[in-house]
Amino acid sequence: MDVKAIRQMFPILDQEVNGHPLVYLDSSATSQKPISVIEAVDNYYRKDNANVHRGVHTLGSRATDQYEGAREKVRRFINAKSTSEIIFNRGTTTGINTVAYSYARANLKPGDEVLITPMEHHSNIIPWQQAVKATGATLNYIPLQDDGTISLEDVRKLVTDNTKVVAIAHVSNVLGTINPIKEIAQIAHSKGAVLVVDGAQGVPHMKVDVQDLDCDFYAFSGHKMLAPTGIGVLYGKRELLENMEPVEFGGEMIDFVDLQDSTWKELPWKFEGGTPIIAGAIGLAAAIDFLEDVGMDNILNHEQKLADYVMDRLRTVDDIKVYGPEHRAALVTFNLGDVHPHDVATALDSYGIAVRAGHHCAQPLMKWLNVTATARASFYLYNTEDDVEKLVDGLLKTKEFFGHVF
Amino acid sequence: MSFNNLESLYRQVIMDHYKNPRNRGVIEGDALTVDMNNPTCGDRIQLQLQIEDGVVKDAKFEGEGCSISMSSASMMTQAIKGQPVADALEMSKLFSNMMLGGEIDTDLDMGDAEALSGVSQFPARIKCATLAWKAMEKGVHNK
Repeated sequence: MDVKAIRQMFPILDQEVNGHPLVYLDSSATSQKPISVIEAVDNYYRKDNANVHRGVHTLGSRATDQYEGAREKVRRFINAKSTSEIIFNRGTTTGINTVAYSYARANLKPGDEVLITPMEHHSNIIPWQQAVKATGATLNYIPLQDDGTISLEDVRKLVTDNTKVVAIAHVSNVLGTINPIKEIAQIAHSKGAVLVVDGAQGVPHMKVDVQDLDCDFYAFSGHKMLAPTGIGVLYGKRELLENMEPVEFGGEMIDFVDLQDSTWKELPWKFEGGTPIIAGAIGLAAAIDFLEDVGMDNILNHEQKLADYVMDRLRTVDDIKVYGPEHRAALVTFNLGDVHPHDVATALDSYGIAVRAGHHCAQPLMKWLNVTATARASFYLYNTEDDVEKLVDGLLKTKEFFGHVF
Repeated sequence: MSFNNLESLYRQVIMDHYKNPRNRGVIEGDALTVDMNNPTCGDRIQLQLQIEDGVVKDAKFEGEGCSISMSSASMMTQAIKGQPVADALEMSKLFSNMMLGGEIDTDLDMGDAEALSGVSQFPARIKCATLAWKAMEKGVHNK
């Protein structure tokens, strides 16, 4: 994998920030976009823009072909059985909300349980809090072990006949924990529960095969995998989606509309009310082309090496505390001595290094870690060992600076 | 940017307030209490004000956050203590203006708070600096 050549495809990386070459270590928040994605969106607006599924005219056909072509590309990318299982939406949050509104509200009753973990992003917590409030079900948590992983023993013990939904992140956006989705799916299914996966940090970084994982729902966002913001995907097993009611009603999703009643289009369109995110879907298709050209296995391999490298190098920095398991995705969440993570992030930014600081939309996890905030550096296919060196160097300077003013 | 630019933000007096906060704690007895947080970053403050006859008799805070938010809370309580409520609100307005890069031109004594003027160069940190002032405004207006 030629990272140098890959970097040249990302125009944004070629700039100075605060007088230093940009070191972008915030891809878990959003990834940068290669020129091919930017051009795909640009071309669409320059040449083919029209609404989909209605125009008899040529542009309408072109837009529809590209939009539906993107759906087929996503289907192949995650190996879904059918394009009817690929719902385009705004992103992971929307996908999980669709399941929590439509599936969960129709299937939960008092005495039932939704099971999640404390490592979830707010978008995989709050929709379930709301769903159990609306139905009288309860929300329970699979505990985390000391290293920030969950034990399958615990999952086996905690999933019972009352459990109707298990919802978990494929990869934790804070700890970098990679959860054993396939095994959890088996356990959930053995008790008749469905498994909902927050794939926001999964799909961008590793080959995902939804049939092999056997998850029931898998939600992810385009913007974390080189595509534009505003496009996301909810995968759901056809037999489940068939029996679910739409969440949004209006144009695009209807079959017949009468004065008092209406019927819905078939899958997947019944879940796509309103004019869809056409340019976003086309950008997502271009992003998938880019990722497949590089190869998902190559990307995973590259990121695993970077993850090991950054863990090794951070060990050399005094006073640094890294949270999460040893074996992890390519992101590190840490604190540097007594320096508040916002101050760390401001100092690193002054050296051109972009990291995230705060609670990472995971307040329950911050509580579990017993911190109010942390800093996070996250890596992607365009990051290098040199970026890691600059991070370490920036951290040493930050320590020196605050050591000096304190 | 170098150490010099960082130093324009993290002045000695700011770090002093961060390390040795003034008026940190809880007011015994009657006081109005305001909780405010910055949901995007997790900074939070609990501010207590004791207001008598239109004057801020006492002000104390508790909270968690970065050096900018906590030092600003320390400086704010110091600046408004003993001052008429109207002046405290005026100071808050002046402080917000300073965050937008405006000059402070006033007879009011803002104390050390003026040392935070460098924050205006760091747009992402302005909300850290204004948190305590916003809490004070909220407390006064809800009274």
